[in-house]
Amino acid sequence: MDWHILGQQLVNGLTLGSIYGLIAIGYTMVYGIIGMINFAHGDVYMISAYLTAISLAVLSAFGVESVPFAIVVTLGLTMFITGVYGWSIERVAYRPLRGSTRLAPLISAIGISLLLQNYVQVAQGARNQGIPSLIDGVFRVGNDKDFVQMTHVQLLIVIASFGAMAGLTWLIQRTSLGRQCRATQQDRHMAEILGINTDRIISTVFVIGAAMAAIAGTLVTLNYGSFDFFVGFVTGIKAFTAAVLGGIGSLPGAMLGGILLGLFESLFSGFVNTDYKDVFSFSVLVLVLIFRPSGLLGRPEVEKV
Amino acid sequence: MSTHASPTFIRPLREAGVTFVLALIVFGPISGLVLDGYSIEPHLGRPLLIASIVAAGRLLFGVLEQTPFGQKLLARNARKASGGVTVARGDEYKLLYFVVPLVIAIGVTLPFVANKYWLGNLILALIYVLLGLGLNIVVGLAGLLDLGFVAFYAVGAYFLALGAQYLDIGFWTALVCAPMLAACFGAVLGFPVLRMHGDYLAIVTLGFGEIIRLVLNNWLDFTGGPNGASVPAPTIFGLEFSRIAKQGGTPFHEFFGLEYSSDYKLMFTYLVLLVVVLLMVRFLTKLRQMPMGRAWEALREDEIACRSLGINHVIVKLSAFMMGAMTGGLAGVFFATYQGFVNPTSFNFFESALILAIVVLGGLGSTLGVIIAALVLTLLPEVLREFADYRVLAFGALMVLMMIWRPRGLIRPKRPHFAPEV
Repeated sequence: MDWHILGQQLVNGLTLGSIYGLIAIGYTMVYGIIGMINFAHGDVYMISAYLTAISLAVLSAFGVESVPFAIVVTLGLTMFITGVYGWSIERVAYRPLRGSTRLAPLISAIGISLLLQNYVQVAQGARNQGIPSLIDGVFRVGNDKDFVQMTHVQLLIVIASFGAMAGLTWLIQRTSLGRQCRATQQDRHMAEILGINTDRIISTVFVIGAAMAAIAGTLVTLNYGSFDFFVGFVTGIKAFTAAVLGGIGSLPGAMLGGILLGLFESLFSGFVNTDYKDVFSFSVLVLVLIFRPSGLLGRPEVEKV
Repeated sequence: MSTHASPTFIRPLREAGVTFVLALIVFGPISGLVLDGYSIEPHLGRPLLIASIVAAGRLLFGVLEQTPFGQKLLARNARKASGGVTVARGDEYKLLYFVVPLVIAIGVTLPFVANKYWLGNLILALIYVLLGLGLNIVVGLAGLLDLGFVAFYAVGAYFLALGAQYLDIGFWTALVCAPMLAACFGAVLGFPVLRMHGDYLAIVTLGFGEIIRLVLNNWLDFTGGPNGASVPAPTIFGLEFSRIAKQGGTPFHEFFGLEYSSDYKLMFTYLVLLVVVLLMVRFLTKLRQMPMGRAWEALREDEIACRSLGINHVIVKLSAFMMGAMTGGLAGVFFATYQGFVNPTSFNFFESALILAIVVLGGLGSTLGVIIAALVLTLLPEVLREFADYRVLAFGALMVLMMIWRPRGLIRPKRPHFAPEV
């Protein structure tokens, strides 16, 4: 085995895994709090990729030269608008369905997912979109022929993901809002009796999930520079796989699952076969569900009557 | 709240204002600033228009729900959307004796009057009826959300295409074997997943649908990859529906001394398909009255109660899942025959979503509703060609609206009459 290929795939896997982890947070928090799979989450991520490109293009049209400034403003704008998307989707498509049949929110989520994909396709055109490469430069270890490299964008992705994750953990563990979230997750009815506005907390969770997906969307767009209206589909399933792998409902689990899945996928495409890497990831999902449905860090689900 | 209070406009206006701002934020960047390479092409009128429509709709609802008329509408809708079913009285059958022969008569005469274009559309519509009926067993009756239904459709279609290529099987063999193979796929996929909480099934089937498509796309040596595989013409009593028969066979048109026309193949496919659909409808109607069908619906309503009454939930769910897969495989054989060619792009996620939209709009569990929805959703886009871009948009919006207003479908479900038929 060539050590430099292994090292390179580990670096790529870590980058990819951080992205999956960020998106998985949206799935895992929503599942934890209202017990539904938010199928539209992958498409919210797709929306954020478009918003990133639009924001960067607008900033450059206004003559903003500084790359760090442009990226910070873009990140902020994308997180805000994507957060509004998360809020609106919950308000329009999921809140009226509380207390409806179990299938209703799932089907509604599929509807929103189709709606978002087709809306972007109609509004922006079906063609591939892209942004110019903004951050160049790599760190390189090894000689000229065999080396392991990490681009500055990849480093940014890893740092930003861990930063976002740390911030979110602080928010959930240390603030009043976080305590309310945890209370609602444990027992929504009891939390309501204790005076927590659970509707507002559920909306907040959707906004947080969407904002995390927006960070992922911006970072991925900076890294790969190319996307279309369908990117949310496969990325969404993989992020969900990450959430299940880590234990759905668990925040550290989402990040751990994401990084593990990213590493597995990179190693698989580096050493086995690139064409079947998606098949491999989906198989991981099925295998985890069969052998350890509660994931690595999750608690087994108890059905209440 | 008093019914007779005069409607106030302040609250709806404020809400409409908030809605307008939110809609502007949501729709503004994506529809107002179109990416053109690395630059932006502004279309600032579009988000304003969309936001105005959304806000006006919000204002209208806000005012309407305060008027007595609006409240009556709301109450009526709540009554219709709430649970419960109408139990058939039993005398509906009299009407059926008249309607069913009429439908069959129309169905049989149609291919002889329709032109080639519409005959093709009719075949596709009937294929979707079959797919809708199959998915309806899984989603509507058993309450399992299957988002990869198209995988079983692909299994059926590719079984005929690849079977003809490697094993030299024909249409009739595939018609029997493909559903069985699809059911086996359903069992292999469903068995491990069905033991767990229902929602996981949705995402696993979604992944499975993608796996099948990716394998078909990437396994170049076996499936032909993106180029697809050709499907032989069907035969009837050894007579082929092709211009020149292969290896000593006789083409259909030569045997009867007719001019060659590809219409015969379409007519034949249509008629066989019609018979299969009619048998399927009959089969499903009967099935819903039998213990298995009733166990599906009971399990959908309350799984824990069913399990404590001794129903084996895994077996019952698996039977529904396999039955649905089987129907999907059957539809796949017809699709392959009709097209004469299969490739992986016919089996993408949008296809699954379209079938799901058919089942949801038809009303989860209603056979008649699913048939009508399949015919409408496949034939209507042919008429409204210029709105083709907005088709998926409309399906998505309709799915959300249906879940909010009529989660049980436009047609209220009827529980079959259990008294013995006289």
